[in-house]
Amino acid sequence: MSLWEYANPRRFMAVSGRVLPWLGWLTGLTLAIGLIWGFFFTPDDYRQGSTVKIIYLHVPAAMIAINAWGMMLVASLVWLIRRHHVSALAARAAAPVGLTMTAIALATGAIWGQPMWGTWWVWDPRLTSFLILCLFYLGYIALWNAIEDTDTAADLTSILCLVGSVFAALSRYAVNFWNQGLHQGASLSMDAKENVSNVFYIPLLFAIAGFILLFLTLVLLRTRTEIRSRRLVALKLRERMAHA
Amino acid sequence: MIRLFLRDLSLSIRAGGGFGLALAFFLIIVTLVPFSIGPEPLLLAQIAPGVLWLGALLACLLSLDRLFALDFEDGTLDLLVTAPLPLEGVVAAKSLAHWVTTGLPLTLAAPVFGVLLGLEGDAAIWLVTSLALGTPALSFIGGFGAALTVGLKRGGLLLSLLVLPLYVPTLIFGAEAAARGMAGLNAATPLALLSGITLASLALLPFASAAALRANLK
Repeated sequence: MSLWEYANPRRFMAVSGRVLPWLGWLTGLTLAIGLIWGFFFTPDDYRQGSTVKIIYLHVPAAMIAINAWGMMLVASLVWLIRRHHVSALAARAAAPVGLTMTAIALATGAIWGQPMWGTWWVWDPRLTSFLILCLFYLGYIALWNAIEDTDTAADLTSILCLVGSVFAALSRYAVNFWNQGLHQGASLSMDAKENVSNVFYIPLLFAIAGFILLFLTLVLLRTRTEIRSRRLVALKLRERMAHA
Repeated sequence: MIRLFLRDLSLSIRAGGGFGLALAFFLIIVTLVPFSIGPEPLLLAQIAPGVLWLGALLACLLSLDRLFALDFEDGTLDLLVTAPLPLEGVVAAKSLAHWVTTGLPLTLAAPVFGVLLGLEGDAAIWLVTSLALGTPALSFIGGFGAALTVGLKRGGLLLSLLVLPLYVPTLIFGAEAAARGMAGLNAATPLALLSGITLASLALLPFASAAALRANLK
């Protein structure tokens, strides 16, 4: 019994079909706990007032936005090395979710930044690199949609994902080099001296867990859709062959 | 490989649009900027390195979609894939030819265009240095983008969407090096990083481009 057995589409469909409803309920529950606790049962920050509560959307979305690209990178590598179709389709399924999360992080950041920094947008390294990440997602999705043959598309997008990862990391450091920032540093690290206080921290952990589960649910769901749509294409093709 | 390089070079010169078109495009951008920003000499001199870098980037992008497309259409690319020369070498030769017809003339002409924007003396030297070190990376990254989109009918817009984000680090370090040099600051760090990107692109990207071409021609 190894992990690779789930690379078989049929087995993947069977297992994911059974897991998905549970995962969905768990996602809803965790998200509800995190967000309701965060929004209604935490005190206002003494300087930021109630605007601090946007952290429960902003931070998890930003984390997923970055890690979704990481997951796509791993899935692309698996496709290029072991040629499992489920892996390529999972990478394809994750991209729009990652793009949405990037957009959520940028939008919530702007909404928070307007009252706190006095501006919707600054060319801060973190903000700028998120915008660039957004562009990478757009290019990746556009390439998937532009190519008809799915295997070729999977090959090309995987290569783009690998090269893009290198350049995305490079851009992150280039942008750091280019301009000083307004965004605060990391305040959730395990080893940092100053972290967010526990009152905000624990509901935030729930929100993060909820977003991770949400990401998993959406990716599983979308991967299943992709597999079904490919089966449909194959069936249609076979039918046309039979009639011809 | 050298012969392929020379072939691409002579093709782009004879077919027109090699040296001339990129330079003319560059000139148009430099002419249009004062119209849109205003003719203040101080302001223009301040944004000149950025404008010239952006112009180089767009001029480079403009000719990218023809890098492999013409050879793909008439079947030359199929022959090149089966040729004894590794595909990586083919990509490198073609990217290099692209640089010689776009990046190199732009670099050499940059001081002249700089004068139009109020850049003189030392500033031009910094601009030329940064462009000379950075534009090869533009051609090689562009070659990768062109290899990804070679099979597509209307790949032009997609090509820009794919390639421009990849240009971000090169643009940042290039423009930063030029701006720092002009302001009399130490420009060694961005220049070193810029050369690093160029060298890494020269060494590694042909492999990615060749892989993309193989997937496209399968």
